[in-house]
Amino acid sequence: MTSSVKLADAAAGGPVLEAVGLSRSFGPVEVLSDISVAFRAGEAHAIVGENGAGKSTLMKILSGHLTPTRGAMRLDGAPMTLRGPVDAERRGIVLVHQEIMLAPDLSIAENMFLGRELWRGGKLDDRTMNARAEAAMRVFGVDVSVTVPVERLSIARRQLAQIARALATPHRVAIFDEPTASLTPVETAALLNLIRELKAKGVAVLYISHRLEEVKAIADVVTVLRDGKQVTTRPAAELEPLDMARLMVGRDLLDLYPPRAPAPTGEPTFVVKDFSAPGFAEETSFAVRPGEILGFSGLVGAGRTELFEALFGLRKGGGDIRLDGATQRWPEARSAMNAGAVYLTEDRKSKGLLLEETIATNLTLAALDRFRRGPLVDRAKESRALDQAIRRFDIRVGDRGMLAGQMSGGNQQKLLLAKMLQLDPKLVVIDEPTRGVDIGAKQQIYRFIVTLAAEGRSVIVISSEMAELIGICHRIIVMRNGRIVGEVEGEAMNEHAIVVLATGVDAQGGGEARS
Amino acid sequence: MTQATHETAAPSRAPFEIGAVAPFLALALLCVLGVVVNPRFVGLDNITNVLARSTFIATIAVGQTLVIVGGGLDLSVGAMAAFVSGLVILFLNSGLIADPTLLIIAAMALSLVASALCGLFNGLTTTLGKIEPFIVTLGTMGIFRSLLTWLAQGGSITIRNNDVRAAYRQVYFGDLFGVPYPVLVILGVAIVGAFILYNTAYGRHVRAVGSNEDVARYSGINVARVRTITYVLQGLCVGIAVIVYVPRLSSASSTTGLGWELMAITAVVVGGTRMKGGIGRMWGTIAGALILEVIGNIMLLSNVVSEYLIGAVQGAIIIIAMLAQRGLARGR
Repeated sequence: MTSSVKLADAAAGGPVLEAVGLSRSFGPVEVLSDISVAFRAGEAHAIVGENGAGKSTLMKILSGHLTPTRGAMRLDGAPMTLRGPVDAERRGIVLVHQEIMLAPDLSIAENMFLGRELWRGGKLDDRTMNARAEAAMRVFGVDVSVTVPVERLSIARRQLAQIARALATPHRVAIFDEPTASLTPVETAALLNLIRELKAKGVAVLYISHRLEEVKAIADVVTVLRDGKQVTTRPAAELEPLDMARLMVGRDLLDLYPPRAPAPTGEPTFVVKDFSAPGFAEETSFAVRPGEILGFSGLVGAGRTELFEALFGLRKGGGDIRLDGATQRWPEARSAMNAGAVYLTEDRKSKGLLLEETIATNLTLAALDRFRRGPLVDRAKESRALDQAIRRFDIRVGDRGMLAGQMSGGNQQKLLLAKMLQLDPKLVVIDEPTRGVDIGAKQQIYRFIVTLAAEGRSVIVISSEMAELIGICHRIIVMRNGRIVGEVEGEAMNEHAIVVLATGVDAQGGGEARS
Repeated sequence: MTQATHETAAPSRAPFEIGAVAPFLALALLCVLGVVVNPRFVGLDNITNVLARSTFIATIAVGQTLVIVGGGLDLSVGAMAAFVSGLVILFLNSGLIADPTLLIIAAMALSLVASALCGLFNGLTTTLGKIEPFIVTLGTMGIFRSLLTWLAQGGSITIRNNDVRAAYRQVYFGDLFGVPYPVLVILGVAIVGAFILYNTAYGRHVRAVGSNEDVARYSGINVARVRTITYVLQGLCVGIAVIVYVPRLSSASSTTGLGWELMAITAVVVGGTRMKGGIGRMWGTIAGALILEVIGNIMLLSNVVSEYLIGAVQGAIIIIAMLAQRGLARGR
């Protein structure tokens, strides 16, 4: 298995993997047309584009998950037909999936060696496997037990474990599909370092990301896709993030963030005092005013999501919650909703939307009481609400019978927003509003958030992207290890100040703290 | 933005789903086969007989469809039917009410209440106790059946009063304008079941809970309540089946309702409802129940395969139905 995989002779200079005129259609729709790119050893090649631009389709073809309708691929100059992902791996092409695909009840080590377990003396050689898994994880600078079930790890840790697992296969082409979507700056920096090491070893790296800063930092060559077509392939040195964004969207992006409204000065209406979520958040106290956008920053595992899930009755917790002066007790999400508070989960696909149901069903699910006549669902009213939501949130639907799972990340996020706003809440908490969302939709979502505040609602945004918090919030609270460790406001809102609070270390750690 | 973009141009839902009509096609094919094997198959007597006999499974399967769509399972339905039958007959024998008609009506009410309580017990134990429904209903299956055996002291319980028995017989053997009561019961229960599943807010909550419990919870749906109610509705369906079953033999014993849970689940799966919940096809379930009965009937009429193998054929059908579902899913 390993024999056929060898690192290309970098001196040869020819591309390791080459796509020539690749096209792919689904039914009558061509989602990828005539893509020709060359991937060289020791080079990081970034593929950028909005959701739906065809990035994932291209990756799936190159890694054997899909076959092209037209066009060819070459490996070391020789024509190559992939019979499937296993065939691709055998040839040294590995794909690090965007979705986490690990068996939740098995440990990191068990997952890493799944299907290629090591044996010694007729039984599993756990000691060696655990040691190797530990070594693989240490590369990321993460201190994590490789023997606890994956289920108990944070999403970021799982993501890292998944990357480590993929890279444990001998490889010469490594494809990363949005690897940093759920990583914090520190882990992202570790991953980028790992990619630099891969490059130094002569691996050809393909890198897909929405984070253009990251692309700029790591890529040697950038290919921009738009609507399935190759807009350009250029050395990364010639492109600034803003240029990439412009090429992706096909027009000028004047400003990603909408103009900031002045910070409201009224009395806070949502006041939390000494609230704890056992094991995740300790004695947190904060308040938000109507019309205010309050950010929650922190590293993954700082307890932000868990704090709000506990506040909204979605996990265990307790403390003093007041809304409009009245003490609240929210044992379940419904009680919070009845009081006028909604929480939009960071995990759209498994907690936010029913992927196998229609858009309309999802839209009204949380507010179904408002759409019933007696026991019946009022479909006419539901249909009108869908029309409104599609207009207000610019949800792009092929047809109205479309299932939520068929929509792009940006449209799913818009749908989730529309779904929770059916309840007309006073307090809106949005967790990771733009995760896995393309730049065009991002810009729209920021505008929606600002509009929510302008309508007099209190808005809380939890995000791992510091830039977006700084871009839209009036005030940012930073959490570390389950505690609120500080708050920045106005001119003091910059990435450096937040990183210092989030890590507790005043150093340019990981090179991420730029202001 | 200049134009709409889609992540992948996944084909939107097909306007015509083969999976939805497959059980009806299969039923139609079986009927054709029935006629070929024995022309008596299409005789009015035979068709009435098949429909009437399928009432129990069809009625119970309607409730089972709701339970399964909500992400649960109820293995106790056969034993529950036996236990409640026993209770109903004991009540009829008690002679608490002199007038036979009133006595029978009270017995029917008892059947519904007792079954609903049994269902409530199943529901609360799974949801509040957070125990797998498979385990809970496996347990109650043993409990209900054992209770009946105890009530019958190992034998059978029979309606003793001949007037009551004669009056109650009409419920199974009688008809309204030529349509036997059992057929009306199937229709009524299926219409109500389909209405609940497809048209009510509750039905949508059931689908949501079965489709993804977390999404339901984050949407403010009380998952435990929605699930518990599916078991109560399942209980009511068992109660209705008992009402129609008791007059048929006027007796209950430890073999009453034996294997009904498997037949009901088979009917649900053959009908196209997804075993792990979220997607339900109420009319498919009815077709599934009829398919099971028609197959048994054809075997009786044909002499090609021994009727003692009915169970084997029905068992094979559930496996074939699952394979077909898988094949259809892959083909999409």
